[in-house]
Amino acid sequence: MTKQYLFAGFGGQGILFAGKLLAYKCLMDDLNVSWLPSYGPEMRGGTASCGVVMSDNQIATPIVLHPDVLIAMNLPSLDKYESEVQSGGVIYVDSSLIERKVNRKDVTVYYIPATLLAAQNGLDGLANMIIMGQILKNEGAINDESVEKALQKCISQRHKDLLKFNRDAIILGSEY
Amino acid sequence: MSEKVLMKGNEAIAEAAIIAGCRHYFGYPITPQTEIAAYMAKRMPKIGGTFLQAESEIAAINMVYGASAAGMRVMTSSSSPGISLKSEGISYIAGADLPAVIVNAQRGGPGLGGIQPSQSDYFQATRGGGHGDYHMIVLTPASVQEMAELTVKAFDLADKYRMPVMILADGTIGQMMEPVSFDFKLNEPPAKPWATNGTKMQREHNIINSLYLKPLDLEVENMKRFERYEIVKQNEPMYEEYMTDDADIILAAFGIAARVCKNAIKKARKEGIKVGLIRPITVWPFPNEPFEKAVKTCKAIISVELSMGQLIEDVRLATGGKVPVTLCNRVGGMIPEPEEILEEIHRVANGG
Repeated sequence: MTKQYLFAGFGGQGILFAGKLLAYKCLMDDLNVSWLPSYGPEMRGGTASCGVVMSDNQIATPIVLHPDVLIAMNLPSLDKYESEVQSGGVIYVDSSLIERKVNRKDVTVYYIPATLLAAQNGLDGLANMIIMGQILKNEGAINDESVEKALQKCISQRHKDLLKFNRDAIILGSEY
Repeated sequence: MSEKVLMKGNEAIAEAAIIAGCRHYFGYPITPQTEIAAYMAKRMPKIGGTFLQAESEIAAINMVYGASAAGMRVMTSSSSPGISLKSEGISYIAGADLPAVIVNAQRGGPGLGGIQPSQSDYFQATRGGGHGDYHMIVLTPASVQEMAELTVKAFDLADKYRMPVMILADGTIGQMMEPVSFDFKLNEPPAKPWATNGTKMQREHNIINSLYLKPLDLEVENMKRFERYEIVKQNEPMYEEYMTDDADIILAAFGIAARVCKNAIKKARKEGIKVGLIRPITVWPFPNEPFEKAVKTCKAIISVELSMGQLIEDVRLATGGKVPVTLCNRVGGMIPEPEEILEEIHRVANGG
Protein backbone atom coordinates (compact mmCIF):
# COMPACT_ATOMS: atom_id res chain seq x y z
CA MET A 1 0.00 0.00 0.00
CA THR A 2 1.18 3.51 -0.82
CA LYS A 3 0.02 6.61 1.05
CA GLN A 4 0.85 10.20 0.17
CA TYR A 5 0.85 13.10 2.62
CA LEU A 6 1.14 16.79 1.85
CA PHE A 7 2.05 19.21 4.65
CA ALA A 8 1.54 22.87 3.78
CA GLY A 9 1.58 26.19 5.59
CA PHE A 10 3.76 29.20 6.38
CA GLY A 11 7.51 28.99 6.73
CA GLY A 12 8.32 28.82 10.45
CA GLN A 13 5.34 26.60 11.34
CA GLY A 14 7.47 23.47 11.32
CA ILE A 15 5.93 22.13 8.12
CA LEU A 16 9.14 20.43 6.98
CA PHE A 17 9.82 19.16 10.49
CA ALA A 18 6.37 17.53 10.76
CA GLY A 19 6.98 15.77 7.45
CA LYS A 20 10.40 14.69 8.58
CA LEU A 21 9.04 13.21 11.79
CA LEU A 22 6.53 11.18 9.80
CA ALA A 23 9.25 10.11 7.37
CA TYR A 24 11.48 8.95 10.23
CA LYS A 25 8.57 7.09 11.79
CA CYS A 26 8.11 5.21 8.51
CA LEU A 27 11.81 4.39 8.41
CA MET A 28 11.61 3.08 12.00
CA ASP A 29 8.61 0.97 10.92
CA ASP A 30 10.75 -0.47 8.10
CA LEU A 31 8.60 1.09 5.39
CA ASN A 32 9.89 2.76 2.26
CA VAL A 33 9.56 6.50 2.45
CA SER A 34 10.44 9.67 0.60
CA TRP A 35 10.30 13.29 1.79
CA LEU A 36 10.42 16.12 -0.70
CA PRO A 37 10.27 19.78 0.33
CA SER A 38 9.25 22.67 -1.83
CA TYR A 39 12.40 24.67 -2.21
CA GLY A 40 12.75 28.13 -3.55
CA PRO A 41 13.31 31.72 -2.53
CA GLU A 42 11.33 30.97 0.60
CA MET A 43 11.58 32.62 3.96
CA ARG A 44 9.87 32.80 7.30
CA GLY A 45 6.28 33.85 6.65
CA GLY A 46 6.37 32.62 3.06
CA THR A 47 4.78 29.38 1.96
CA ALA A 48 6.34 26.02 2.73
CA SER A 49 5.26 22.51 1.87
CA CYS A 50 6.58 19.01 1.81
CA GLY A 51 5.32 15.74 0.44
CA VAL A 52 5.85 12.42 2.18
CA VAL A 53 5.23 9.12 0.41
CA MET A 54 5.17 5.92 2.42
CA SER A 55 4.87 2.46 0.95
CA ASP A 56 5.57 -1.18 1.62
CA ASN A 57 6.63 -1.24 -2.03
CA GLN A 58 9.28 0.59 -4.02
CA ILE A 59 8.34 4.28 -4.23
CA ALA A 60 8.16 5.58 -7.78
CA THR A 61 7.80 9.34 -7.81
CA PRO A 62 8.41 11.30 -4.60
CA ILE A 63 6.34 14.19 -5.95
CA VAL A 64 2.98 14.44 -4.19
CA LEU A 65 0.40 16.01 -6.50
CA HIS A 66 -2.78 14.36 -5.25
CA PRO A 67 -2.34 13.56 -1.55
CA ASP A 68 -4.34 11.01 0.40
CA VAL A 69 -3.81 13.22 3.44
CA LEU A 70 -3.51 17.02 3.38
CA ILE A 71 -2.35 18.97 6.40
CA ALA A 72 -3.31 22.61 5.81
CA MET A 73 -1.88 25.03 8.33
CA ASN A 74 -2.89 28.24 6.61
CA LEU A 75 -5.62 29.48 4.29
CA PRO A 76 -3.52 29.76 1.09
CA SER A 77 -2.56 26.09 1.50
CA LEU A 78 -6.16 24.96 1.88
CA ASP A 79 -7.22 27.11 -1.09
CA LYS A 80 -4.41 25.71 -3.21
CA TYR A 81 -4.54 22.02 -2.36
CA GLU A 82 -8.12 21.25 -1.28
CA SER A 83 -9.16 20.27 -4.81
CA GLU A 84 -6.08 18.06 -5.25
CA VAL A 85 -6.87 15.65 -2.38
CA GLN A 86 -7.87 12.15 -3.45
CA SER A 87 -11.54 11.32 -3.15
CA GLY A 88 -11.98 9.52 0.17
CA GLY A 89 -8.91 11.26 1.53
CA VAL A 90 -8.39 13.21 4.73
CA ILE A 91 -7.81 16.92 5.37
CA TYR A 92 -6.45 18.30 8.64
CA VAL A 93 -7.15 21.99 9.14
CA ASP A 94 -5.63 24.32 11.73
CA SER A 95 -8.95 25.94 12.53
CA SER A 96 -7.41 28.68 14.63
CA LEU A 97 -5.78 30.10 11.48
CA ILE A 98 -8.31 29.03 8.83
CA GLU A 99 -11.79 30.34 9.37
CA ARG A 100 -13.53 28.74 6.42
CA LYS A 101 -14.78 25.17 6.21
CA VAL A 102 -13.63 22.62 3.68
CA ASN A 103 -15.97 22.58 0.67
CA ARG A 104 -15.30 19.01 -0.43
CA LYS A 105 -17.92 16.46 0.62
CA ASP A 106 -15.97 13.35 -0.39
CA VAL A 107 -13.19 13.68 2.19
CA THR A 108 -12.93 13.34 5.96
CA VAL A 109 -12.03 16.61 7.64
CA TYR A 110 -10.55 17.22 11.09
CA TYR A 111 -10.63 20.77 12.41
CA ILE A 112 -8.06 21.31 15.14
CA PRO A 113 -7.38 24.78 16.60
CA ALA A 114 -3.74 23.77 16.84
CA THR A 115 -2.11 27.19 17.01
CA LEU A 116 -4.53 28.29 19.73
CA LEU A 117 -4.06 25.06 21.71
CA ALA A 118 -0.31 25.50 21.49
CA ALA A 119 -0.50 29.05 22.81
CA GLN A 120 -2.84 28.08 25.67
CA ASN A 121 -0.57 25.26 26.79
CA GLY A 122 2.80 26.92 26.69
CA LEU A 123 3.70 25.05 23.52
CA ASP A 124 4.20 28.00 21.18
CA GLY A 125 5.42 26.95 17.76
CA LEU A 126 4.32 23.34 18.20
CA ALA A 127 0.95 23.49 16.41
CA ASN A 128 2.61 21.16 13.89
CA MET A 129 3.11 18.46 16.54
CA ILE A 130 -0.43 18.97 17.90
CA ILE A 131 -1.80 18.14 14.45
CA MET A 132 0.69 15.28 14.20
CA GLY A 133 -0.76 13.89 17.46
CA GLN A 134 -4.23 13.95 15.92
CA ILE A 135 -2.99 12.21 12.74
CA LEU A 136 -1.23 9.52 14.74
CA LYS A 137 -4.35 8.94 16.85
CA ASN A 138 -6.62 8.67 13.81
CA GLU A 139 -4.22 6.25 12.15
CA GLY A 140 -4.01 4.12 15.28
CA ALA A 141 -0.30 4.79 15.57
CA ILE A 142 -0.15 7.05 18.61
CA ASN A 143 1.32 4.33 20.83
CA ASP A 144 3.86 3.08 18.29
CA GLU A 145 7.39 2.93 19.67
CA SER A 146 8.52 4.32 16.34
CA VAL A 147 7.03 7.72 17.22
CA GLU A 148 9.42 8.16 20.12
CA LYS A 149 12.33 6.78 18.08
CA ALA A 150 11.53 9.22 15.28
CA LEU A 151 11.42 12.13 17.73
CA GLN A 152 14.84 11.12 19.05
CA LYS A 153 16.18 11.10 15.48
CA CYS A 154 14.62 14.41 14.45
CA ILE A 155 15.62 16.46 17.47
CA SER A 156 19.34 16.99 17.66
CA GLN A 157 21.37 16.41 20.79
CA ARG A 158 21.83 20.16 21.08
CA HIS A 159 18.08 20.73 21.39
CA LYS A 160 17.34 17.76 23.59
CA ASP A 161 15.42 19.96 26.02
CA LEU A 162 12.78 20.38 23.31
CA LEU A 163 11.95 16.66 23.23
CA LYS A 164 9.54 16.93 26.14
CA PHE A 165 7.60 19.82 24.57
CA ASN A 166 7.24 17.94 21.30
CA ARG A 167 6.01 14.85 23.16
CA ASP A 168 3.53 16.97 25.15
CA ALA A 169 2.24 18.57 21.97
CA ILE A 170 1.72 15.19 20.31
CA ILE A 171 -0.20 13.93 23.34
CA LEU A 172 -2.27 17.11 23.49
CA GLY A 173 -3.16 16.73 19.82
CA SER A 174 -4.08 13.09 20.24
CA GLU A 175 -6.45 13.95 23.10
CA TYR A 176 -8.27 16.69 21.21
CA MET B 1 27.04 3.96 9.32
CA SER B 2 25.48 0.70 8.14
CA GLU B 3 22.12 1.55 9.69
CA LYS B 4 19.72 3.28 7.33
CA VAL B 5 19.38 7.01 7.90
CA LEU B 6 17.18 9.64 6.34
CA MET B 7 19.22 12.07 4.35
CA LYS B 8 18.86 14.55 1.54
CA GLY B 9 20.34 13.42 -1.76
CA ASN B 10 22.88 16.24 -1.64
CA GLU B 11 24.01 15.24 1.86
CA ALA B 12 24.26 11.61 0.78
CA ILE B 13 26.66 12.63 -2.00
CA ALA B 14 28.83 14.50 0.49
CA GLU B 15 28.92 11.68 3.04
CA ALA B 16 29.62 9.07 0.35
CA ALA B 17 32.46 11.18 -1.02
CA ILE B 18 34.05 11.31 2.41
CA ILE B 19 33.65 7.55 2.80
CA ALA B 20 35.28 7.12 -0.62
CA GLY B 21 38.33 8.97 0.67
CA CYS B 22 37.67 12.44 -0.70
CA ARG B 23 39.42 14.87 1.63
CA HIS B 24 39.37 17.95 -0.55
CA TYR B 25 36.28 19.86 -1.59
CA PHE B 26 36.24 23.18 -3.38
CA GLY B 27 32.96 24.86 -4.17
CA TYR B 28 30.88 27.95 -4.55
CA PRO B 29 27.29 28.14 -3.33
CA ILE B 30 24.35 27.83 -5.71
CA THR B 31 20.82 26.47 -5.28
CA PRO B 32 19.87 23.61 -5.37
CA GLN B 33 23.14 21.95 -4.36
CA THR B 34 24.30 24.09 -1.43
CA GLU B 35 23.72 21.25 1.08
CA ILE B 36 26.76 19.49 -0.38
CA ALA B 37 29.01 22.44 0.46
CA ALA B 38 27.34 22.89 3.85
CA TYR B 39 27.89 19.24 4.74
CA MET B 40 31.52 19.39 3.63
CA ALA B 41 32.07 22.57 5.62
CA LYS B 42 30.80 20.81 8.73
CA ARG B 43 32.67 17.52 8.28
CA MET B 44 35.96 18.21 6.51
CA PRO B 45 37.65 20.16 9.31
CA LYS B 46 36.87 17.31 11.74
CA ILE B 47 38.58 14.66 9.61
CA GLY B 48 41.63 16.60 8.54
CA GLY B 49 40.24 17.46 5.13
CA THR B 50 39.95 20.68 3.20
CA PHE B 51 36.73 22.58 2.69
CA LEU B 52 37.24 25.74 0.75
CA GLN B 53 34.62 28.14 -0.49
CA ALA B 54 36.37 29.68 -3.44
CA GLU B 55 35.84 33.17 -4.79
CA SER B 56 34.15 31.77 -7.89
CA GLU B 57 33.28 28.56 -9.68
CA ILE B 58 36.26 29.06 -11.96
CA ALA B 59 38.61 29.25 -9.00
CA ALA B 60 37.00 26.17 -7.42
CA ILE B 61 37.43 23.94 -10.48
CA ASN B 62 41.07 25.01 -10.84
CA MET B 63 41.67 24.10 -7.21
CA VAL B 64 40.22 20.70 -8.08
CA TYR B 65 42.71 20.53 -10.96
CA GLY B 66 45.57 21.25 -8.57
CA ALA B 67 44.53 18.83 -5.83
CA SER B 68 43.94 16.08 -8.39
CA ALA B 69 47.36 16.67 -9.95
CA ALA B 70 48.80 16.10 -6.49
CA GLY B 71 47.11 12.68 -6.42
CA MET B 72 44.23 13.49 -4.08
CA ARG B 73 40.63 12.39 -4.33
CA VAL B 74 38.84 15.67 -4.87
CA MET B 75 35.34 16.87 -5.62
CA THR B 76 33.40 19.98 -6.53
CA SER B 77 29.69 20.54 -6.98
CA SER B 78 27.49 23.14 -8.53
CA SER B 79 24.27 23.64 -10.42
CA SER B 80 23.77 24.42 -14.10
CA PRO B 81 25.05 28.03 -14.46
CA GLY B 82 27.96 27.18 -12.18
CA ILE B 83 28.84 24.13 -14.28
CA SER B 84 29.04 26.35 -17.35
CA LEU B 85 31.63 28.41 -15.51
CA LYS B 86 33.53 25.28 -14.51
CA SER B 87 33.53 23.88 -18.03
CA GLU B 88 36.82 25.48 -19.01
CA GLY B 89 38.49 23.85 -16.02
CA ILE B 90 36.85 20.51 -16.75
CA SER B 91 38.31 20.61 -20.26
CA TYR B 92 41.78 21.23 -18.77
CA ILE B 93 41.31 18.36 -16.31
CA ALA B 94 40.30 16.06 -19.18
CA GLY B 95 43.23 17.35 -21.27
CA ALA B 96 45.66 16.63 -18.44
CA ASP B 97 44.16 13.14 -17.92
CA LEU B 98 43.26 13.79 -14.30
CA PRO B 99 40.56 12.15 -12.19
CA ALA B 100 37.97 14.39 -10.57
CA VAL B 101 34.36 14.15 -9.46
CA ILE B 102 31.98 16.95 -10.41
CA VAL B 103 28.37 17.10 -9.25
CA ASN B 104 25.71 18.96 -11.21
CA ALA B 105 22.37 19.31 -9.43
CA GLN B 106 20.65 20.62 -12.54
CA ARG B 107 18.21 23.53 -12.56
CA GLY B 108 16.24 25.14 -15.36
CA GLY B 109 18.11 27.16 -17.97
CA PRO B 110 19.47 28.65 -20.16
CA GLY B 111 21.10 31.66 -18.53
CA LEU B 112 20.32 32.09 -14.87
CA GLY B 113 17.09 30.24 -15.61
CA GLY B 114 15.36 29.16 -12.43
CA ILE B 115 16.14 27.07 -9.38
CA GLN B 116 13.70 24.21 -9.93
CA PRO B 117 14.82 20.80 -11.26
CA SER B 118 15.78 20.20 -14.86
CA GLN B 119 17.67 17.78 -17.10
CA SER B 120 18.58 20.30 -19.74
CA ASP B 121 22.35 20.01 -19.21
CA TYR B 122 22.35 16.56 -20.83
CA PHE B 123 24.13 17.75 -23.98
CA GLN B 124 26.62 19.74 -21.91
CA ALA B 125 27.40 16.69 -19.79
CA THR B 126 27.54 14.06 -22.52
CA ARG B 127 28.94 16.09 -25.42
CA GLY B 128 31.64 18.05 -23.66
CA GLY B 129 30.61 21.45 -22.37
CA GLY B 130 34.15 22.68 -22.46
CA HIS B 131 36.27 22.91 -25.59
CA GLY B 132 38.16 20.15 -27.33
CA ASP B 133 37.59 16.44 -27.89
CA TYR B 134 36.91 14.92 -24.52
CA HIS B 135 34.36 13.02 -22.51
CA MET B 136 33.35 12.68 -18.92
CA ILE B 137 31.77 9.56 -17.53
CA VAL B 138 28.28 10.75 -16.60
CA LEU B 139 26.25 9.01 -13.87
CA THR B 140 22.56 9.75 -13.32
CA PRO B 141 21.22 8.76 -9.88
CA ALA B 142 17.47 8.32 -9.42
CA SER B 143 17.32 7.86 -5.65
CA VAL B 144 19.14 9.02 -2.56
CA GLN B 145 20.69 5.55 -2.22
CA GLU B 146 22.06 5.87 -5.75
CA MET B 147 23.34 9.36 -5.00
CA ALA B 148 25.55 7.69 -2.39
CA GLU B 149 26.49 4.55 -4.33
CA LEU B 150 27.25 6.33 -7.59
CA THR B 151 29.41 8.87 -5.79
CA VAL B 152 31.67 6.09 -4.53
CA LYS B 153 31.66 4.59 -8.00
CA ALA B 154 32.48 7.98 -9.51
CA PHE B 155 35.73 8.19 -7.54
CA ASP B 156 36.69 4.65 -8.55
CA LEU B 157 35.96 5.28 -12.23
CA ALA B 158 37.75 8.63 -12.23
CA ASP B 159 40.91 7.05 -10.81
CA LYS B 160 40.68 3.96 -12.99
CA TYR B 161 40.41 5.83 -16.28
CA ARG B 162 42.09 9.08 -15.22
CA MET B 163 39.20 11.22 -16.36
CA PRO B 164 36.57 13.51 -14.88
CA VAL B 165 33.32 11.88 -13.79
CA MET B 166 30.11 13.87 -13.49
CA ILE B 167 27.20 13.02 -11.24
CA LEU B 168 24.30 14.45 -13.22
CA ALA B 169 21.57 14.88 -10.64
CA ASP B 170 18.79 17.44 -10.39
CA GLY B 171 17.13 19.65 -7.82
CA THR B 172 14.56 17.04 -6.83
CA ILE B 173 16.94 14.18 -6.15
CA GLY B 174 19.25 16.60 -4.34
CA GLN B 175 16.56 18.03 -2.09
CA MET B 176 14.56 14.90 -1.31
CA MET B 177 15.17 12.68 1.69
CA GLU B 178 15.03 8.89 1.52
CA PRO B 179 16.51 6.18 3.70
CA VAL B 180 20.10 5.52 2.72
CA SER B 181 22.67 2.99 3.84
CA PHE B 182 26.39 3.65 3.60
CA ASP B 183 27.32 0.02 3.90
CA PHE B 184 29.58 -0.07 0.83
CA LYS B 185 32.33 -2.36 -0.29
CA LEU B 186 35.19 0.03 -0.83
CA ASN B 187 37.95 -0.50 -3.35
CA GLU B 188 41.49 0.55 -2.59
CA PRO B 189 42.33 3.59 -4.76
CA PRO B 190 44.96 2.74 -7.37
CA ALA B 191 48.54 3.97 -7.01
CA LYS B 192 49.15 7.30 -8.76
CA PRO B 193 52.78 7.25 -9.89
CA TRP B 194 52.01 10.19 -12.17
CA ALA B 195 51.05 12.56 -9.32
CA THR B 196 53.03 15.72 -8.71
CA ASN B 197 53.47 15.10 -5.02
CA GLY B 198 57.20 15.65 -4.62
CA THR B 199 60.08 13.65 -6.11
CA LYS B 200 61.82 13.21 -2.73
CA MET B 201 64.90 13.30 -5.00
CA GLN B 202 64.13 9.70 -5.92
CA ARG B 203 62.44 9.99 -9.28
CA GLU B 204 62.16 12.18 -12.35
CA HIS B 205 59.79 15.13 -12.23
CA ASN B 206 56.19 14.37 -13.11
CA ILE B 207 54.56 16.88 -15.39
CA ILE B 208 50.82 17.54 -15.50
CA ASN B 209 49.88 19.62 -18.50
CA SER B 210 47.35 20.00 -21.26
CA LEU B 211 49.51 22.12 -23.56
CA TYR B 212 51.03 20.42 -26.63
CA LEU B 213 52.26 22.96 -29.16
CA LYS B 214 53.38 20.35 -31.70
CA PRO B 215 50.29 19.24 -33.64
CA LEU B 216 51.51 15.68 -34.02
CA ASP B 217 52.08 15.33 -30.26
CA LEU B 218 48.61 16.69 -29.55
CA GLU B 219 47.08 14.36 -32.11
CA VAL B 220 48.75 11.39 -30.44
CA GLU B 221 47.45 12.48 -27.02
CA ASN B 222 43.92 12.77 -28.39
CA MET B 223 44.14 9.37 -30.09
CA LYS B 224 45.43 7.71 -26.91
CA ARG B 225 42.66 9.31 -24.87
CA PHE B 226 40.01 8.04 -27.25
CA GLU B 227 41.44 4.53 -27.12
CA ARG B 228 40.81 4.73 -23.39
CA TYR B 229 37.29 6.02 -24.02
CA GLU B 230 36.65 2.94 -26.17
CA ILE B 231 37.48 0.74 -23.18
CA VAL B 232 35.11 2.80 -21.03
CA LYS B 233 32.37 2.32 -23.65
CA GLN B 234 32.97 -1.42 -23.58
CA ASN B 235 33.07 -1.83 -19.80
CA GLU B 236 31.04 0.80 -18.06
CA PRO B 237 27.54 1.32 -19.49
CA MET B 238 24.96 0.88 -16.74
CA TYR B 239 21.18 0.75 -16.95
CA GLU B 240 18.05 -0.55 -15.31
CA GLU B 241 15.28 -2.33 -17.18
CA TYR B 242 11.78 -2.23 -15.70
CA MET B 243 9.00 -4.41 -17.13
CA THR B 244 10.55 -4.41 -20.60
CA ASP B 245 10.19 -8.17 -21.26
CA ASP B 246 6.75 -8.01 -22.86
CA ALA B 247 6.58 -4.27 -23.47
CA ASP B 248 5.06 -2.88 -26.67
CA ILE B 249 5.96 0.66 -25.68
CA ILE B 250 9.20 1.48 -23.91
CA LEU B 251 9.87 4.67 -22.01
CA ALA B 252 13.43 5.98 -21.91
CA ALA B 253 14.20 8.21 -18.96
CA PHE B 254 16.81 8.84 -16.27
CA GLY B 255 16.86 10.43 -12.82
CA ILE B 256 13.65 11.92 -11.48
CA ALA B 257 11.89 11.50 -14.85
CA ALA B 258 12.41 7.73 -14.59
CA ARG B 259 10.76 7.72 -11.17
CA VAL B 260 7.66 9.42 -12.55
CA CYS B 261 7.67 6.98 -15.49
CA LYS B 262 7.24 4.06 -13.11
CA ASN B 263 3.94 5.57 -11.87
CA ALA B 264 2.78 6.01 -15.46
CA ILE B 265 3.76 2.42 -16.29
CA LYS B 266 1.72 1.07 -13.38
CA LYS B 267 -1.32 3.05 -14.57
CA ALA B 268 -0.87 1.93 -18.18
CA ARG B 269 -0.46 -1.72 -17.18
CA LYS B 270 -3.73 -1.52 -15.21
CA GLU B 271 -5.37 -0.52 -18.49
CA GLY B 272 -3.75 -3.48 -20.23
CA ILE B 273 -1.15 -1.46 -22.17
CA LYS B 274 2.23 -3.20 -22.01
CA VAL B 275 4.74 -0.50 -21.13
CA GLY B 276 8.27 -0.79 -19.78
CA LEU B 277 11.21 1.46 -18.96
CA ILE B 278 14.87 1.56 -19.89
CA ARG B 279 16.66 3.81 -17.43
CA PRO B 280 20.22 4.69 -18.44
CA ILE B 281 22.34 5.03 -15.27
CA THR B 282 25.37 6.10 -17.29
CA VAL B 283 24.46 8.52 -20.07
CA TRP B 284 28.07 8.61 -21.23
CA PRO B 285 28.91 5.91 -22.07
CA PHE B 286 25.34 5.49 -23.30
CA PRO B 287 23.86 2.01 -22.79
CA ASN B 288 23.03 1.08 -26.39
CA GLU B 289 22.57 -2.61 -25.71
CA PRO B 290 19.11 -2.60 -24.06
CA PHE B 291 17.78 -0.34 -26.82
CA GLU B 292 19.25 -2.54 -29.58
CA LYS B 293 17.49 -5.46 -27.94
CA ALA B 294 14.23 -3.57 -27.37
CA VAL B 295 13.72 -2.52 -31.00
CA LYS B 296 13.41 -6.18 -31.97
CA THR B 297 10.19 -6.57 -29.96
CA CYS B 298 8.73 -3.18 -29.04
CA LYS B 299 6.64 -0.97 -31.31
CA ALA B 300 7.66 2.49 -30.11
CA ILE B 301 9.84 4.35 -27.66
CA ILE B 302 8.95 7.50 -25.74
CA SER B 303 11.79 9.61 -24.38
CA VAL B 304 10.61 11.26 -21.16
CA GLU B 305 12.80 14.12 -20.07
CA LEU B 306 13.01 17.52 -18.39
CA SER B 307 14.49 19.15 -21.48
CA MET B 308 13.46 20.13 -24.99
CA GLY B 309 14.69 16.77 -26.26
CA GLN B 310 18.29 15.87 -25.53
CA LEU B 311 18.26 12.27 -24.28
CA ILE B 312 16.07 11.50 -27.31
CA GLU B 313 19.04 12.01 -29.64
CA ASP B 314 21.01 9.23 -27.96
CA VAL B 315 17.92 7.01 -27.96
CA ARG B 316 17.53 7.60 -31.70
CA LEU B 317 21.22 6.86 -32.30
CA ALA B 318 20.90 3.64 -30.30
CA THR B 319 17.73 2.52 -32.07
CA GLY B 320 18.85 3.49 -35.58
CA GLY B 321 15.38 4.48 -36.78
CA LYS B 322 14.02 0.96 -36.36
CA VAL B 323 11.04 2.14 -34.29
CA PRO B 324 9.45 5.58 -33.89
CA VAL B 325 10.83 7.59 -30.97
CA THR B 326 8.66 10.38 -29.57
CA LEU B 327 9.23 13.01 -26.93
CA CYS B 328 7.28 13.63 -23.72
CA ASN B 329 8.73 16.54 -21.83
CA ARG B 330 8.32 19.46 -19.44
CA VAL B 331 10.97 22.14 -18.97
CA GLY B 332 11.89 25.22 -16.98
CA GLY B 333 11.64 23.46 -13.62
CA MET B 334 8.37 21.65 -14.37
CA ILE B 335 8.17 17.87 -14.02
CA PRO B 336 5.76 15.82 -16.14
CA GLU B 337 2.90 14.31 -14.15
CA PRO B 338 2.26 10.57 -14.50
CA GLU B 339 -1.02 11.47 -16.28
CA GLU B 340 0.85 13.48 -18.92
CA ILE B 341 3.12 10.53 -19.65
CA LEU B 342 0.08 8.27 -19.72
CA GLU B 343 -1.52 10.57 -22.32
CA GLU B 344 1.53 10.22 -24.56
CA ILE B 345 1.41 6.44 -24.02
CA HIS B 346 -2.24 6.48 -25.16
CA ARG B 347 -1.38 8.59 -28.19
CA VAL B 348 1.42 6.26 -29.22
CA ALA B 349 -0.61 3.11 -28.45
CA ASN B 350 -3.38 4.41 -30.72
CA GLY B 351 -0.95 4.69 -33.59
CA GLY B 352 0.39 8.18 -32.85
